[in-house]
Amino acid sequence: MNAHVSPLAPAEGEELLTGWGRTSPSRARVVRPDDITDITVAVSQRSPRGVLARGLGRSYGDAAQSGGATVIDMTGVKGFSLDADSATVRADGGASLDSILRAIVPQGFFVPVTPGTRMVTVGGAIAADIHGKNHHVSGSFGAHVRSVDLLTAEGRLLTLTPETTPDEFWATVGGMGLTGVILSATFDVIPIETSLISVDTERGTDLDDVMARMLARDSDYRYSVAWIDSVASSGRGVITRGDHARADQVPMNKRSRMRDYDPAVRITAPSLIPSGLLNNMTVRAFNEAWYRKHPRQRSDELQSIAAFFHPLDGVQEWNRVYGPRGFLQYQFVVPDAASGIVRTALEKLARVGAPSFLTVLKRFGPSNPAPLSFPMPGWTLAADVPARVEGLDRVLDELDELVAGAGGRLYFAKDSRQSPEMVRRTYPRLAEWQAVRNRMDPDRVFTSDLARRLEL
Amino acid sequence: MIDALGDPQSVLVLGGSSEIAAATVRALPRARLRRVVLAGRPGPALDAAAQRLTASGIAGVETTDFDAAATGAHQRIIDAIFDEGDIDIVILAFGVLGDQMQVEADPALAVEIATVNYTGAVSVGLHVARRLRGQGHGHLVVLSSVAGDRARRSNYVYGSTKAGLDAFAQGLGDALAGSGASVLVVRPGMVRTRMSAGLPEAPMTSDPEQVATVIVAGLRKGKHTVYAPGPLRFLMTAVKAVPRPIFRKLPQ
Repeated sequence: MNAHVSPLAPAEGEELLTGWGRTSPSRARVVRPDDITDITVAVSQRSPRGVLARGLGRSYGDAAQSGGATVIDMTGVKGFSLDADSATVRADGGASLDSILRAIVPQGFFVPVTPGTRMVTVGGAIAADIHGKNHHVSGSFGAHVRSVDLLTAEGRLLTLTPETTPDEFWATVGGMGLTGVILSATFDVIPIETSLISVDTERGTDLDDVMARMLARDSDYRYSVAWIDSVASSGRGVITRGDHARADQVPMNKRSRMRDYDPAVRITAPSLIPSGLLNNMTVRAFNEAWYRKHPRQRSDELQSIAAFFHPLDGVQEWNRVYGPRGFLQYQFVVPDAASGIVRTALEKLARVGAPSFLTVLKRFGPSNPAPLSFPMPGWTLAADVPARVEGLDRVLDELDELVAGAGGRLYFAKDSRQSPEMVRRTYPRLAEWQAVRNRMDPDRVFTSDLARRLEL
Repeated sequence: MIDALGDPQSVLVLGGSSEIAAATVRALPRARLRRVVLAGRPGPALDAAAQRLTASGIAGVETTDFDAAATGAHQRIIDAIFDEGDIDIVILAFGVLGDQMQVEADPALAVEIATVNYTGAVSVGLHVARRLRGQGHGHLVVLSSVAGDRARRSNYVYGSTKAGLDAFAQGLGDALAGSGASVLVVRPGMVRTRMSAGLPEAPMTSDPEQVATVIVAGLRKGKHTVYAPGPLRFLMTAVKAVPRPIFRKLPQ
């Protein structure tokens, strides 16, 4: 030990990490490997407190951080290739959906599932078993994965598939990085004729109207989501649904460029934002404008992929707008029988004064076999709320109780505050997953702040 | 881990029978609290403190033997507590006041006060800091005192130990900057506790619950120094500016 270096001060290579919500930082030794050999070295030379792979840091809470541990920033290991014949992509764990889309869209392919941001890695997409606007017809990302190459704690490389190693495969899908490091994966991609989305828009005058419209016609569309005005007491909203536009839907004069794909970052959020910028008044004004911006009804509008799927990616570091105390996203799913909880949740959040300009409602289709996968048939609501709101902890605990009582649950990739009891209650297959994990990683080498907090 | 809404899961109290620490534990959000370790000298006072916390509805209260003056055992004790699981908030709350007149007559008593209040705090504080830094998150709350802001005729031995402790805690906080761990220095005025029982009340005397409220708010806001009550900060600025010949003659 070097006597001239303080054992208390942060050391070279250590960083404070948070999730996208910028709450609960913890310090870890961050390594940035360029290739798989370096990843293997990082795992074998891990801190006594364990090791964890981290992607682009879009989990809202503490899923991709691990205090005192070694955190492997996977974004340097980002190669991928498209096999057009089999319509599959083989990608390194650190490859982003952004880079993959830029390469495959002009060649007539699209990822099977994209969340509301394309700034996620393939490893993160599998670990969180992400979902998108097509969940009701296509399921979550894991359903489209053919194989995963996983690095274990002892440095072994396992090739997992749903056919040959179903337990390990499905424990890794949705396993939040706790079974090993996802080095690479092969997944299906879907053919598209154009880089445009044909979008139908309709407004719902209140929450019941929005939900009825979604129930009636979601199955006609590959993609569907509703934005809800969380400030208006009615719960009015805007439903946008669509599918990839066919070539014959594109005007003749635009057909030569119909597979162009060039999503751009337009602006960057300023770094110093006062804590109260997003308050009930500003959110109310935004929501009013957003609602009015959309027509009552509009069909077959052609939108870009970025505009339809990833509108917030146009604003770099938009997570700063919630100010220094950060924010969280409360996302739950409840079965259809408990659809009333959607309204209760909106009312409770409004009452505690948690202004949310990003409140999104969607219908989920069937679950997949992964024990910790979040989606289940029913309704999912996601609301961004500033962490500074007084009394938010109690209100969300009350909502947890309702969600759990209805047989629903919360999404690990968004969570930063639920209790271990809530997890045990709402993920009934947790013990089954733990048994597989304990076989794959008996010493719990792979761990995260989320895993410790929720006793996974 | 303290969650996104500021709710802690685990607390360690050094000086487990401290009334201010107990009030602080009670004032913390408790929905996620699952482990409260009261470390102190074994005996009825420690047991009673644990029973009171449990009776107030706080889960997971345990006690462990700890003597601030027995610095040789500090490493083993702190490691044993942290090895059981991360600690989110450590409250360094032990301290003895002593009777100034007796202390002046018997310097051995002064050594005892200095050993507990300062030497013991430095020892255990460094062990705690090492573990907080190792886990990459957590807060150390150090109960200093306005008595350390300016030595007074009536309790300068105690005051000098708090002055030393305060300087230590500030420096420790600076050493930990950026490590994920942080130090909150708390400077209460006179507090109505067993320690001050029978003494005449000073201006801005508070109850342990009021100090606890200040501590919890300070933690939530990420402060590094708080006075309890808050306005004492301004009073002490004035007190520190009073020239010695005048200060000496002020009522103590």
